Amino acid sequence: MNSISRRKFLKISGFTIGAAAAVSTLSPMIKGANKFNKEKVKGIQKIPTYCDLCFWKCGAVAYLKDGELWKIEGNPEDPLSKGRLCPRGSGGIGAHSDPDRLRSPLIRTRNRGEEIWKEVTWDEALDYIAEKMNKIKTEYGPEAVAFFAHGIGGTFLKHTLNAYGTQNFAAPSFAQCRGPRDVGFELTFGEAIGSPERTDIENSKCLVLLGSHLGENMHNSQVQEFANAVQKDAAIIVVDPRFSVAASKAKYYLAIKPGTDIALLLAWMNVIVSEKLYDVDYINKFGFGFEQFAAEISQYTPEWAYPETGIDPELIRTTARVMSQYKPATLIHPGRHTTWYGDDSQRSRAVALLNALMGSWGRKGGFFFPTKFAVPGYPYPAYPEPIKPKVDNPDKKYPFASEEITTGIRDATITGKPYPIKSWFVYATNLIHALPNEDETIKAIQNLDLMVVVDVIPSEIAGWADVVLPESVYLERYDELHSSPFKEQFLGIRQPVIDAPGDQKPNWWIAKKLAEKLGLGNYYPWNNIEEYLDFRLKKIGLSLDELKKKGIVHGNKAPIYFEDGIAPEFGTPSGKIEFYSPQLAAAGFDPVPKYKRPDQPPAGYFRLLFGRAPVHTFSRTQSNRILMDMMEENEVWVNADIANRYGLKNAQHIRLKNQDGVVSNKIKVKITERIRTDCVYMVHGFGHNSKMLKSAFGKGASDAQLVTKYVTDPLMGGTGMNVNFVTFEMEA
Amino acid sequence: MARYGMVIDTKKCVGCMDCVVACKTENNVPEGHNRDWIVTVVNGKFPSVNLEIQSQRCNHCDNTPCVACCPTGASHIHEVGNVVLVEHNMCIGCKACLAACPYDARFINPEGYADKCTFCIHRVEKGELPACVSVCPTHCMYFGDLDDPNSEVSKLISSRKNHQLIPEAGTSPRIFYLT
Repeated sequence: MNSISRRKFLKISGFTIGAAAAVSTLSPMIKGANKFNKEKVKGIQKIPTYCDLCFWKCGAVAYLKDGELWKIEGNPEDPLSKGRLCPRGSGGIGAHSDPDRLRSPLIRTRNRGEEIWKEVTWDEALDYIAEKMNKIKTEYGPEAVAFFAHGIGGTFLKHTLNAYGTQNFAAPSFAQCRGPRDVGFELTFGEAIGSPERTDIENSKCLVLLGSHLGENMHNSQVQEFANAVQKDAAIIVVDPRFSVAASKAKYYLAIKPGTDIALLLAWMNVIVSEKLYDVDYINKFGFGFEQFAAEISQYTPEWAYPETGIDPELIRTTARVMSQYKPATLIHPGRHTTWYGDDSQRSRAVALLNALMGSWGRKGGFFFPTKFAVPGYPYPAYPEPIKPKVDNPDKKYPFASEEITTGIRDATITGKPYPIKSWFVYATNLIHALPNEDETIKAIQNLDLMVVVDVIPSEIAGWADVVLPESVYLERYDELHSSPFKEQFLGIRQPVIDAPGDQKPNWWIAKKLAEKLGLGNYYPWNNIEEYLDFRLKKIGLSLDELKKKGIVHGNKAPIYFEDGIAPEFGTPSGKIEFYSPQLAAAGFDPVPKYKRPDQPPAGYFRLLFGRAPVHTFSRTQSNRILMDMMEENEVWVNADIANRYGLKNAQHIRLKNQDGVVSNKIKVKITERIRTDCVYMVHGFGHNSKMLKSAFGKGASDAQLVTKYVTDPLMGGTGMNVNFVTFEMEA
Repeated sequence: MARYGMVIDTKKCVGCMDCVVACKTENNVPEGHNRDWIVTVVNGKFPSVNLEIQSQRCNHCDNTPCVACCPTGASHIHEVGNVVLVEHNMCIGCKACLAACPYDARFINPEGYADKCTFCIHRVEKGELPACVSVCPTHCMYFGDLDDPNSEVSKLISSRKNHQLIPEAGTSPRIFYLT
């Protein structure tokens, strides 16, 4: 256990890679001892699993050729992929062969963030963690440990931490992503959108996208259904400051001024209500507070919205009438990443209300009622009763938060209030890129007694850890069973198809070993995950062997629309669709959404917008060599007139400086006619500065680094991040 | 004898590059090279813009400058489907075909031979579709026999507005883009 510098560590890593490669090419004898492919099968083997390149969890089939990983295809039995993976999923083998992967457990030897480590054994790493956790429990109580996770792989670590006695778990997928949308729909229909989205795009006759860039945002089933809707000549209306790929498929493109979507939504509803174009029967049956809503909406004419949005009043009228023409098969898409301006749950409520006017909730071509394959859980001992309430939202400061708030835990870690947080566990989420204002994240980390990161790659957040635990990638491990709420019931399995190349371990093993070190072994009555999975599957008349062969099994048929038997029930206080929301009024918020003009960029500055590329997921895939070959850096999109005015050249490298003086990495300029003149755009996830992430280091710029400012949604604690402005720094 | 060709519906294509990734893994295309690629043609002035997204690759032309110029006979027309292929063992890496191709569809594989799209003939001969066609999440690509008037590709070409790439090069390319 020698103390080693980063340089030396990289050299050691490099040696490990070389050694692994030598084993696979030169020594079939050793390869023959392969745990998962005991007999090195000649020819082709197909092993079903489910994908982990994003959270959609598509069913996949991995192909081995002569025992080596060859390619991955979609599983035709899978309702999410329908046999076709997205480019990230197709490039999944690059996750296994990524040369920058974490390879052995690491313990920090110098200051946090300096990325200087010693390699340790799993026993040493877990003993170190358990000792610190026991100390924290004694001094502060178990609630002082918080857990940030993304994805299904966090299930077992969460179980261990629950057994330890904390419930302070949060994911950026709520307060930095889909939270406002889910809260806006809950307040209106009494139910969230969920994931995968319950949007029936393939049966929509009119699809409205507000900033939602399907096609660039590659959520597989949605993109497949979108292409289907395009083929069927659906009336597509796209609202975006950028001429997205989706905009190029639209009948109507509304080049909206950023941040003014609520004004447009109110004007659309004004037209629909004043021209009585809504679904009268539906609203008579299911609506609550429609009269108050209609009265309030009457002031928001298209002429009122025009100076705010920049959209011609006649175009607002035309598109409102087109929507009404196809109702109830008119779907105003709720979006997913909706943390934009801090009034996002109210904007999402306006989206929900527009859908309510169309009568699309519960209807074919609108929002379906998802159905889910049920498998009984494992009979674990009860978790200890928590003594302290959750830390993230004290006194219900954000009264309509329906999940835990990451930035609430961060605040508590900085202030020590309502009680101190002394340890973070971070699983598969790069908080440095996911949370706004990285200075606050780093400040919080400095207050910790223990910071543990479990991941497959050395992301920026791993660089701040005390202990880094390397996880095997999805192709090398079992995981929790997968059944998502969707149009049909299905159950999928993830199983190992190839050995991990180093000392990486699956999350279930890490969680179980840690529990044992903490004296909580009784929470893991099973010896290994095969036993756990088989136990649960036997309860429903299946077996692990059977599911391993099929990859996916289907459940019972179930109704998903009102018209085929779903009871029209709404989980709101009134039991109806709340056009006027008494619970919002009672909490001091607008019962019908109102528009407030967002702050505008100072002269010479442009609003920073960011989004997705189809070949990358967040900041997690840039070192995957296959996906890197598709896109190795991001670009800043600049309108051609603006580029001309500032003397920018296409493909020139510049830096961006934000309103707080923060300067980005170098980024390539993309001069384009596909964006407004008051904003710039970049793909999220690039601009890595983790030294261990060698191949992605310094490629492109990070939008997250420039998001120093954010506006918190007072309803639910979401962090609006489209409120930063940047200017160009020419000396690159 | 069949004459294989491809039809790509640019109205449906979102340019996600799944075709590029699938080709890369199917055919083990080396890092830094691709046998197919995406080109986005932008026309107009904001906000009146239109895009045509094209998944491009070797056009498996009827008139083949790459075959005509090959000094060794490595570049040849395959007996199945008239697909243009390179016999790796016969190729000396002279790059004459790279210069002759108007589509810039070829590259020199690090192992020394001219490399390019094969229409996944190894799959097609087993009755499967090329990897790019079979993976496409938007179902925007079609593959088949252009000489068969009843094939899906022939019907699409006769029923939908379409164009080829650089027709003026006179190579009679066999990939058609629906617009």
